Amino acid sequence: MNASESNPETPPPLSRAGLALRFGIIGAVLGGIAGLFAYVGGWLTPHALSPTAMVDRFQQVNGTFPGFRRNHAKGVCIAGTFESNGNGVALSRAAVFPAGRVPFVGRFAFAGGKPYVPDSSRIVRSLAILFQLPNGEEWRTGCINIPVFPVHTPQAFYDLLLASAPDPATGKPDGAKMKAFIEKYPEAGRNFPVIGANPGSSGFDNSTYNGLNAFRFINAAGEVTPVRWSLVPVQPFAPIGPEPEKADKNYLFDALIAAIHRGPLQWRLVVTVGQPGDPTGDASAMWPADRKQVDVGMLTIDRIESEDTSPTRDITFDPLVLPDGIAASDDPLLSARSAAYLKSFARREGERKEPSAVSPAEVAK
Amino acid sequence: MSAPKPRTQFALQSRILHWLMAAMLLAMLFIGAAMVASLGDYHMLVAIHRPLGILILILAAVRFINRMCTTLPPFPPTMSKRERFIASSSEKLLYALMFALPLVGWGMLSAGHYPIVMFGAVHLPPILPAHPALYAILRPAHTVLAYLLFFMFLAHLGAVLFHTLIVRDRILDRMALWPVRNRDGN
Repeated sequence: MNASESNPETPPPLSRAGLALRFGIIGAVLGGIAGLFAYVGGWLTPHALSPTAMVDRFQQVNGTFPGFRRNHAKGVCIAGTFESNGNGVALSRAAVFPAGRVPFVGRFAFAGGKPYVPDSSRIVRSLAILFQLPNGEEWRTGCINIPVFPVHTPQAFYDLLLASAPDPATGKPDGAKMKAFIEKYPEAGRNFPVIGANPGSSGFDNSTYNGLNAFRFINAAGEVTPVRWSLVPVQPFAPIGPEPEKADKNYLFDALIAAIHRGPLQWRLVVTVGQPGDPTGDASAMWPADRKQVDVGMLTIDRIESEDTSPTRDITFDPLVLPDGIAASDDPLLSARSAAYLKSFARREGERKEPSAVSPAEVAK
Repeated sequence: MSAPKPRTQFALQSRILHWLMAAMLLAMLFIGAAMVASLGDYHMLVAIHRPLGILILILAAVRFINRMCTTLPPFPPTMSKRERFIASSSEKLLYALMFALPLVGWGMLSAGHYPIVMFGAVHLPPILPAHPALYAILRPAHTVLAYLLFFMFLAHLGAVLFHTLIVRDRILDRMALWPVRNRDGN
């Protein structure tokens, strides 16, 4: 005897239509939730811009180099000490700013996803820093040697990567593609001349590196200030010289290595303070030149190491790894960078890497 | 008056934990899926994902201890031996996932040398050394376990709906937040 038959509440049998309706409801509920999950996960919108698409675009343009960063692929790791002068405390309660010393690790690199690209003074240079705060927090920032970011949105940057990719036939970007790109994104049309007119320096050691995205500093009283920051070299400026013989593929890195072997290199960390109304959500819009600048301390780089042997190889300079007292702005590039760096990181960490162009032997020279 | 009937419902604290965690786990699964696909909202989503995951881990421990300390209402007589076996096994798997997913996420961030930020300056220590190869294993493992949890959730919901709408054995009464009549009508 079936136990349910003795149950006084055994329900009457369902009609065929009633049964079909109820199975239909179950299917609709389960299918609806699964469908919503698929939609949220991006499976139903395969052409929407995603972190995966962004990293794929880098690979499409540069080629795939297993184990290397998909952007800023050619680089060398460094370490040193930040000596804060205490001036930043008024703006931010972050544990990096009280007067004192904070160790950091970092990386000099070229923009772009080609780990063996021959050095050229025309390629955008970067200096990324990870401050190791005394309370265990971290502040990671990536800065580059151009004065303004060419575009406003992740989609524009994604399109720029393809529009500026060299044509395989000529080795140069396709002028028609760039023209169409500038028509679609006028901010790029405004910024390319500004970036082009920026007097480049002769090397990594005397470049100014700008963290082009705006952030928010929050001080102990809870006051919020929009800021941008730059790393300004103590080493004197010298203009770009003639490019050397093609055989010298690492001449800019070699000069950097030689400079650090001679003695520490120094940059001032300069915070530019925005005023109400200054755009914080647009890295392609500069702030007026008269904004207050606060020198908050000095970075001293005294160690250099090939990324093949440095643990710094295995971190991302995710711009949203921030300590309490520094917060993201409404700049859409910040979240996109954070997501895409993580995606690139997840790929390269599982891959077998070839030796870097700037090898341990190169750094030991 | 015959021998006292076994109660129809889970203990009240068990029912509260069940629904609270159901909402949190479902939210986590959707936040996680959106995070991986999103460029624009990534930062906001990940800032919720990390502390919510740790809260789930804490509640999973509370719930596990509670589960060890309470007796369960019997299965409805409409459930076959096989269904009861499946229900018990999937309960064990769900508990395992409630622990594994946050721990793998925490371990993955540790291996990837990411700080495990909760809120403000409050962050958790790493539970694994920074280790790239380990990160490369744990990151996809986190995803696979999340898909498995989502599948288990759908199966669980489907089984409850089947019993409620087709078998009509009032199986939901066991987990209802409000008190219900005993099965024999008293």
